[in-house]
Amino acid sequence: MATTPTAQHPQLADTSALVETLLLQVDNLISQHQLQQPLVVGIHTGGVWLAQTIAQHLQAPLGQLDIAFYRDDFSRRGLHPKVNPSSLPFDINDRHLLLVDDVVMSGRTIRAALNELFDYGRPASVKLVTLCSVNQRELPIQADACALKLDLEAGQYLQLAGPEPLQLSIIEQTAHV
Amino acid sequence: MSNPANLQLTQSGELRHFLTAEGLDRLMLERILDTADSFVVIGHQEVKKVPLLRGRTVVNLFFENSTRTRSTFELAAQRLSADVLTLDIKTSATSKGESLLDTLRNLRAMHSDMFVIRHGDSGAAHFIAQQVTPDVAIINAGDGRHAHPTQAMLDMLTIRRHKGKFEPLSVAIVGDIMHSRVARDQIHALKTLGCKDIRLVGPNTLMPNYIDSMGVSIHTDMNQGIDGVDVVIMLRLQTERMAAAFLPSAGEYFRLYGLTRQRLKQAKPDAIVMHPGPINRGIEIESAVADGPQSMILNQVGYGIAVRMAIMSMAMSGQIQQRQASASNPLSAEKRS
Repeated sequence: MATTPTAQHPQLADTSALVETLLLQVDNLISQHQLQQPLVVGIHTGGVWLAQTIAQHLQAPLGQLDIAFYRDDFSRRGLHPKVNPSSLPFDINDRHLLLVDDVVMSGRTIRAALNELFDYGRPASVKLVTLCSVNQRELPIQADACALKLDLEAGQYLQLAGPEPLQLSIIEQTAHV
Repeated sequence: MSNPANLQLTQSGELRHFLTAEGLDRLMLERILDTADSFVVIGHQEVKKVPLLRGRTVVNLFFENSTRTRSTFELAAQRLSADVLTLDIKTSATSKGESLLDTLRNLRAMHSDMFVIRHGDSGAAHFIAQQVTPDVAIINAGDGRHAHPTQAMLDMLTIRRHKGKFEPLSVAIVGDIMHSRVARDQIHALKTLGCKDIRLVGPNTLMPNYIDSMGVSIHTDMNQGIDGVDVVIMLRLQTERMAAAFLPSAGEYFRLYGLTRQRLKQAKPDAIVMHPGPINRGIEIESAVADGPQSMILNQVGYGIAVRMAIMSMAMSGQIQQRQASASNPLSAEKRS
């Protein structure tokens, strides 16, 4: 695994600027769709860090999901033994949700998260908020708010380090693990 | 393939059957406990279900009665979203003369993915995994006097969640060791997980011969046996043992080995009391202890579901990976028909 110098990707260098951009987009999203009292739900791990910032910014309640039990590659890759408990300390029925992840790439994590969300209830709406969107979608899922769109080569992935400070970087792997 | 560990694991070391705790290494037992910890939370959620085994078929084959084990296995499979079929063998075709092998072949032809087996004969689950349906994940839910590994693992989960690390703990297992299918697996699991002080407590007539070689201490005196222990595991006394003259009477047994409040004071003040159930109040345990603050008996039931969910999902994942590996290798004898 090798980390590509972020200098090659100037937008990544300043992750905090990306977060600021995202917060503006979230504000726009909320006013554009007139989302009353939205709830913020982060996807473990990077999504939760980001969701904390967004929830703080909006003064909104925060929940978190670990989608390990909902993955679609369980029979191929097995189960990671330590799954963090999902915690939605509120009733999601008829509420507007902001689903937050650090990066949307294949879209499979978001699919799993949506499935899990609906085990908790029937929200009025779900908007997808991600720091970065990578051009390798395998499902028809798009972010509603996204600070950066990036084209990556095969074998390259984005990783968010954190929680303090948050730092996006590109990693290269021979196989996706 | 006589080593049970080999039979239970895939070529890459993943669990594919769960027949006994014997021969599984510490890493595997800890992975089971870690995974079970993750599942404990599911039981507290509004929707107590995850889609891990959706589309898989689990058949519970109970050749012996067991309300608790059967119902927790059913719930565990259902909470993993599997399709579950429970066969009470007394009412099934075996009573019409169909052999066990034919019953199993029929169930396999229905493309079942997992058999949970409880049988009165020692080695039944092992035999089925090895000889009959190697491409179906087999979970041993108790075979004769041999093993009851999911019970042993739920006991380990109870101990770990309430006592932490195993190394410094003293654990007493009290009662009918000889006829217990759980005690052997408990000893194997405790030793593998690092427990140094394992004590077996009970009358000589109920101590099996093999026990000397297992690295445990044996106590016929109850007060001495539970002196200063952190964990007291009571075993169920099967009343039919009295008839077989292993014991003089239930009253005599309670006087010598019954766990009373008074006797429990010999253990550490924060010792926990466990029992696999169903309990015989007033024979092996006093009601005030069974219902008391140190009792883990009802916690154990909930942990039993989580442990069974963990073992079922791990074995299913391993079994599927093994099938895929076999399918890509045309020379393999284990290709699924």
